[in-house]
Amino acid sequence: MELLNYMEKYKNLDLDSYFSNLTKEDVIRAINERKPSTLDYLTLLSPIAENYLEEMAQKAHTLSLQNFGKSILLYTPLYLSNHCVNLCSYCSFNRENDITRKKLAMSEIEAEAKEISALGLKHILILTGESRKETPVEYIVEAVEVLKKYFDSISIEVYPLKEDEYSKLIEAGVDALTIYQEVYDEEVYNRVHISGPKKEYNYRLEAPERACRAKIRSVNIGALLGLTEWRKEAFMTGVHADYLQNKYPEVEVSVSLPRIRPHIGMVSSYDVVEDKDLVQIMLATRIFLPRAGITISTRERKEFRDNLVPLGVTKMSAGVSTEVGGHSSTDKTESQFDISDTRSVDEMKDMILSKGYQPIFKDWMHI
Amino acid sequence: MDNLTIGGIELKSRLLIGTGKYPNHKSMYEAIESCGTQVVTMALRRVDLESKEDNIIEFIPKDCILLPNTSGARNAEEAVRIARLAKAMGCGNWIKIEVISDNKYLLPDNIETIKATEILAKEGFIVLPYMSPDLMVGKRLVEAGAAAVMPLGSPIGTNRGIRTKELVQIMIDEIDAPIIVDAGIGKPSEATEAMEMGAAAVLVNTAIATSGDPIKMAKAFSLAVEAGRMAYLAKLGAKGSIAKASSPLTGFLGEGDK
Repeated sequence: MELLNYMEKYKNLDLDSYFSNLTKEDVIRAINERKPSTLDYLTLLSPIAENYLEEMAQKAHTLSLQNFGKSILLYTPLYLSNHCVNLCSYCSFNRENDITRKKLAMSEIEAEAKEISALGLKHILILTGESRKETPVEYIVEAVEVLKKYFDSISIEVYPLKEDEYSKLIEAGVDALTIYQEVYDEEVYNRVHISGPKKEYNYRLEAPERACRAKIRSVNIGALLGLTEWRKEAFMTGVHADYLQNKYPEVEVSVSLPRIRPHIGMVSSYDVVEDKDLVQIMLATRIFLPRAGITISTRERKEFRDNLVPLGVTKMSAGVSTEVGGHSSTDKTESQFDISDTRSVDEMKDMILSKGYQPIFKDWMHI
Repeated sequence: MDNLTIGGIELKSRLLIGTGKYPNHKSMYEAIESCGTQVVTMALRRVDLESKEDNIIEFIPKDCILLPNTSGARNAEEAVRIARLAKAMGCGNWIKIEVISDNKYLLPDNIETIKATEILAKEGFIVLPYMSPDLMVGKRLVEAGAAAVMPLGSPIGTNRGIRTKELVQIMIDEIDAPIIVDAGIGKPSEATEAMEMGAAAVLVNTAIATSGDPIKMAKAFSLAVEAGRMAYLAKLGAKGSIAKASSPLTGFLGEGDK
């Protein structure tokens, strides 16, 4: 409830009127603010701030160097299952799509783990669709037990869980949670989540907080940019992240900036998020939340990702497959979405080094 | 220059170096070499013994003492577990305790730090706790068995210099153990400042790792630390608040009655 009340304060802001009153001095002040406020963050996301991207980039670069140094953490996703009971308009795993459904057996998970860890990766993100029948918490726990032997950090990106279920997974060896609200605008949320348990907006919104209460080490949130007006979505993502960071200072809060990608069954016309828009979101996020991790996935094309390295990104995926069994099996499924940057782990590593940055493979351990 | 003794080991260099934030392992190695440090700290969470290519320990000169740190620990219990893992992994028995439950400013939790220090010192570790400067906490840490106490100059990574100067100075004056200024030192002149204050040593990471030329900067810090120590030993001239040329208020005393 507390989160809902907090978000309520901001969600009805009239952005157009706020933006129309801004001056360039407001933008410059927000960039240089010692501790930017939530409204300063909104200022940095404004149309007028677009004229100050270089100034924002300089500040974001300095803050990133101070807080994270010249390093980028590499990880890869591992899809365990694409069984899903939800009907979401933007996702190819949705239950009405006629795709091959597959759930990896433990032996197959181990085979995937061997392939991935041989590439040098130590951080893994496991994903499932939403199906308590096909992939119950016990199944995820079992998978974590297998993966622990191969990886130093295990993140989950699964359907929202109850607090005690998060505790169970943390106990088993999970240290980080990724869960995107997808879209903060409730009306759009209701529209794109046509049916299934994912329709419960509040239950999903409060999931990261339940994990924080269960004492997870790190949470990563985000909005699927492009589903609706991006400035507001980026703003609400920042508000949410700031709330979590203030209330759970012991948790590392990260933000992902996924832009919507073409996928099977794609329908409606989305709000287009240009490259410069994504850059603006990333810079504003870094200035507002200097300590937050920022993830850019392989949804983005390689040249663009390369240019983002000095601007504040801290985590990147590499050697990605969004198919179930995509790393080891010849019998793989359709992908969740088309990736754009198909580079291998070695190629990503070389790119990061060539930018004068250090690729980090291991930044956690089971303790 | 006089040596510093910590945990029974005599150290010629009073500059301790961190290993995070470098653009690559090679520049880190060369920076360590160029400054002649003998104690190098690294986050155990980053250590990957299995990886020949990316194992950070392979890039620390063999004659340096490894000072694994408990980065990532949110309470005493986690710090203790990380310290034990470090020992089991062959990183020796020196440990820098970092207990941080505040991810916004990365400020240490002094209370949990005392608890972890007590447990680990009893287990035979050479414990160097990172802490927020506070005289009483410093004393408790020494009582708990800390081999040195490491107050912050300003928050980690900020390069803002010794903003906590008054408190660190009191700790240096009052605590009978080496005080090592850790975190916040942004440039060589600030390292000199710490040493002039009487700090036993300084620990520097961000200022070297994120500089334009880490190797040159490491050397600059090494010289700055030496200069500061030498100045401390030579005893700085007393600072006067007015020029000494004349004594407008008491000058009449030497003049006799005119």
